[in-house]
Amino acid sequence: MLELQHISFAAADGDTNKEILDDVSLTVSERFVAITGPNGSGKSTLAKIIAGILTPTEGKILFNGEDITGLSVTERARKGISYAFQQPVRFKGLTVKDLVSLAAGRHITVSEACNYLSEVGLCARDYIDREVNASLSGGELKRIEIATVLARGTELSVFDEPEAGIDLWSFQNLISVFEKMHARTQGSILIISHQERILNIADKIVVIAGGKVSKVGTKEEVLPGLLAGRICPALEN
Amino acid sequence: MDELEKMLLVQIADLHKVPDGAYNIRKNGEADGRRSTPHIRIEQRKDKKSGIDIFISSETQGESVHIPVVITETDYRETVYNDFYVEDGADVLIIAGCGIHNCGQATSEHSGVHTFHVGKNAKVKYVEKHYASGDGNGENVMNPTTDIRLAEGARLEMETTQIKGVDSTVRTTRAQLAAGAELVIREKIYTHGKQFAKTDFSVALDGEGAGADVVSRSVAAQSSRQEFYLRIDGNGKCHGHSECDAIIMDDANVVAIPALAANSVDAELIHEAAIGKIAGEQLLKLMTLGLTEQEAEEQIIKGFLS
Ligand SMILES: Nc1ncnc2c1ncn2[C@@H]1O[C@H](COP(=O)(O)OP(=O)(O)OP(=O)(O)O)[C@@H](O)[C@H]1O
Ligand SMILES: [Mg+2]
Repeated sequence: MLELQHISFAAADGDTNKEILDDVSLTVSERFVAITGPNGSGKSTLAKIIAGILTPTEGKILFNGEDITGLSVTERARKGISYAFQQPVRFKGLTVKDLVSLAAGRHITVSEACNYLSEVGLCARDYIDREVNASLSGGELKRIEIATVLARGTELSVFDEPEAGIDLWSFQNLISVFEKMHARTQGSILIISHQERILNIADKIVVIAGGKVSKVGTKEEVLPGLLAGRICPALEN
Repeated sequence: MDELEKMLLVQIADLHKVPDGAYNIRKNGEADGRRSTPHIRIEQRKDKKSGIDIFISSETQGESVHIPVVITETDYRETVYNDFYVEDGADVLIIAGCGIHNCGQATSEHSGVHTFHVGKNAKVKYVEKHYASGDGNGENVMNPTTDIRLAEGARLEMETTQIKGVDSTVRTTRAQLAAGAELVIREKIYTHGKQFAKTDFSVALDGEGAGADVVSRSVAAQSSRQEFYLRIDGNGKCHGHSECDAIIMDDANVVAIPALAANSVDAELIHEAAIGKIAGEQLLKLMTLGLTEQEAEEQIIKGFLS
């Protein structure tokens, strides 16, 4: 179980500090927890704080009761936290198989690597030896990113807008990827998403707006207000 | 043993394998075995210089020649001249490599001068690997010079790798391409400690429709230094591309000096150069997979140079 207590984050913005997250508290213990909210509201920042890529200016992070606020990215990964980037990283020279092997944390056979790729809808034979470089399309890269988190199969997996760039046809498959993954890991899956179909499978939805938690609840409690309020939140500011 | 060292072992293991086909093994300046085949003839040079002539006949199709050089003595210096005569239409794989193991205090040095006379429409793949080791304080020096002359429609692909242990190297490559000839060069260099590596490539695209693609990838670690001079001259309708992509670490220093000379309005020449440290987000991504920062660095370098 993941617990965020009073997390704030400020980034230097010129001479001043820009408050990006302001006193965010939430727990993730359910099967699927979705975070949603307007662009720029701080969702990815929160995901990076969970993974250890960013250090909060204030607050504490507990994982299974242990304070992990001071732990490095590597240490958190080894404790069972995985993070699929919103914008996956490209590597010159590393192949898809290399990356999936590194994710699995051991040498894996070609057929094992292929299984993970097939699960995310990539015809494995065509991809296994490709370099994870600029020649991959955005959607392909995104699927490979998801496959690295599948290969880890940790207790907590954070996906940052996994559906972005994924074609409509594959959408239902993406949801079943999460369901299968949960069946295997019995852990929690935290999904940052703007997509109603993904919010629909969530046991809990957290809405972040302007760096604060503006609403938490089941989809029945949160979704109606969210859709009604969609008229044009951007124009309010 | 780290990942990088494992990769190195693969490098030398290749060098120590007993070769099939034609070969000439040179050890501390002496011939240590030679075999010619019906299509590939290896002979001592006719002039006073040390080295061999290799004659590859038109009938050669998909055969290989291995010409490894091994030096295990300290304070040993040699310059060797090997000339390859590849007849029209031949198709051959040439594997050269130099391994120096210098346990002494003095310098060991190998300068290999390889000249390729490649006939019309012939195809050559030339693989060159340089490796050195030793536990003394002696320096290992290798200065390979490659002179490539491609006749009409010939193609030469050169893969040159220097991964570890060579303290000082100046790698000089000259090429002249006739009409429709094609040259592909892939260079990989890793330097560390106080090593110095200089690459000096100069390609003349003389004939109509000649093409060259020269790519150098390198990693400079610790306080090593690297210099790259890549020059392409387009003397007619031709296309040339050169690229220098370097990862710099610690206190290393990399200089890349590209030159393109177009002597014809139909010459299409491109150069790309990038020098920079390992991208922080690459390290972070691998760390989220459970690797330490150092393991992540090793994997990124290994991938980059493989
Ligand atoms: N290093 C930084 N310096 C200054 N501002 C930053 C920095 N990093 C993020 N921000 C700002 O913080 C805010 C939150 O960014 P974040 O990426 O967390 O948003 P998000 O909710 O994930 O948005 P999206 O839905 O577009 O992915 C944005 O306004 C962004 O511009
Ligand atoms: Mg985001």
